[in-house]
Amino acid sequence: MADRSSRLTRRQLLGGAIRGACTVGLGGAAGYLAAPARAGGVVWQLDPDKCIQCGNCATECVLQPSAVKCVHTFRLCGYCLRCFAFFDPLTSEFTTAAENHMCPTGAIGRKFIEDPYYQYTFDEALCIGCGKCVKGCNTFGNGSIYLQVRHDRCLNCNQCEIAIQCPSDAFVRVPAASPYLFKQAGGSQ
Amino acid sequence: MTFLRRAAIIVVLLLAGTPASPGSEQRVRPPQFESPYEFPATTAPPPPSDVLEYVDLAVLLAALAAASYFALKRRSRKWLLALTVFSLLYFGFWRAGCVCPVGAVQNVSSGLFDGRYVVPPTIVGFFVLPLVFTLFFGRTFCAAVCPLGAVQELVAVKPVRVPAWLEHALGLAAYVYLAAAVLLAAMGSAYVICRADPFVPLFRVLPIGHWVHAASGNTPGGAAGISGRADLLIPTAVFLLIGLFIARPYCRFLCPLGAILRLLSRLSRWHVTITPAECIKCRLCENSCPYGAIRKPTPQGESVGRPDRLRLAGMLVLLPMAVAGGGLLGWGVSGQLAKVDYTVQLAQRIRLEQAGLVSERTDQSLAFEQSKVSVDKLYANAQAVKAGYSTGSAVAGAFVGLVVVLKLLALSVQRNRQDYFPDRAVCMSCARCFSYCPIERQRVVKGHLPVITKVN
Repeated sequence: MADRSSRLTRRQLLGGAIRGACTVGLGGAAGYLAAPARAGGVVWQLDPDKCIQCGNCATECVLQPSAVKCVHTFRLCGYCLRCFAFFDPLTSEFTTAAENHMCPTGAIGRKFIEDPYYQYTFDEALCIGCGKCVKGCNTFGNGSIYLQVRHDRCLNCNQCEIAIQCPSDAFVRVPAASPYLFKQAGGSQ
Repeated sequence: MTFLRRAAIIVVLLLAGTPASPGSEQRVRPPQFESPYEFPATTAPPPPSDVLEYVDLAVLLAALAAASYFALKRRSRKWLLALTVFSLLYFGFWRAGCVCPVGAVQNVSSGLFDGRYVVPPTIVGFFVLPLVFTLFFGRTFCAAVCPLGAVQELVAVKPVRVPAWLEHALGLAAYVYLAAAVLLAAMGSAYVICRADPFVPLFRVLPIGHWVHAASGNTPGGAAGISGRADLLIPTAVFLLIGLFIARPYCRFLCPLGAILRLLSRLSRWHVTITPAECIKCRLCENSCPYGAIRKPTPQGESVGRPDRLRLAGMLVLLPMAVAGGGLLGWGVSGQLAKVDYTVQLAQRIRLEQAGLVSERTDQSLAFEQSKVSVDKLYANAQAVKAGYSTGSAVAGAFVGLVVVLKLLALSVQRNRQDYFPDRAVCMSCARCFSYCPIERQRVVKGHLPVITKVN
């Protein structure tokens, strides 16, 4: 028989019981939360169908330049001679002189393929994600150019700063295993 | 000139008609090339491997174990400080702050209440590990593992004493913040803890881990520069300046995870003690704690006796009233809270525009027009969100009411104390007080505990 001083006091017993209950509860909650989880994490992405090219992606990201950049689904592209992602719609002469470019950083490259088709490519190191070309392509073309969060840059903040400011609520969390919402030829994603 | 350009753009846009409904039509038929042509692939650089997240989780576990060992067993402020610097570098600058255990509170709330969100297992780990360690060892997570605590611990050079009444009162703000943050995350509206976090912008100034990742992998976008959002650093500067004199202002008065840890730490199995052996009541440690966590023993020959029964009875009457009052107050402010939600904001704007009260369009209302969702559907959605907020903020308010009464209850029950001891809820296990204790000094210098002859 243990003497009185080494016996469990009521306070200790109660504390131990509550502590045990808390541990079990935390374990249960963790199990419940982790059970349906995907193997990997989640990352931010923007839905190009919701995007209205407001320009916030270029300015609101915590990175400078932004983690959002233009991407191009070539199979959707019309390979237009007069591409309004490339040319300022106000230009009268469609030459590749700098003043005729839509892109403020000259990130869009233009290459002749065959008459009358031109291929447009993006230099991602120059792109700032302002979406000016996206607006041009959506307004006059097929919408084959659109913005995407680039995961080689994105810090994956728990609360994306652009998502807070996005006027069309286009920022969503997607599984890290399929981290892009690319447009596919045929209209669906 | 710019005006003319703008006018011309508008004309051109009008002539072009409505913008392409996204992805559905093709104005220009994609070409059938005659020459051999291969479509370039759209580059898709992957996110950092999630193996890294499991490494982070393992480092968190190791850091928690080390912090508990340094505080409770080794009793070394030096080692704790070294760990603090490591945590600041690793969990702060290397991981760029996200996802931290403080912010993970919201992810867990989303996972529990918002069916659209599934919490990744590593975030569950980041949430649960500090709680479990606190249940057993006290707030050793706060001591040297949390990057937000670490940066404040390192700048607390000239801490002043905050009066006890103010300390207790301000401490309640953390519970209000916790309740609001959990509610907003549960409703899927916002992660306010992250949005208002004063220290994460500092970590993003030098995203070291990101640079390493960018330098090692496939990076068509080039390495990211230093954070360009200098505006986000204003709260950082304010908190760090205050933190010079009022130690760890965020941890003590705002941190929502700290609010949870305070409750769990009361139940902790083990906890740091000021002295390694028996307290000799020399009073040297009395003013050593910058967080006001050291409680004094009952003066000699006095006894606090039994708590005032009338007062306790009063508290018991107050309890349901405070819970109901808090709930009512929460329900009252639910309309204000709901305004954080995107759908509610949008519905309000569209309502104003439809009523003709505002003429100019916002980006939000233009985006809504493009989305082709009917106005009635939007109003119905907003109504549903508001209804959710009514219930949710009533519950959150009731929780805050409960916490306030429990706080009063804890303040009115006093026990006879023989020694100086740290208040388990408030103590962050920072080990500052150790060096003030003469018994501890003897232990450190001579390598053994002194033999104490009792005077009385």
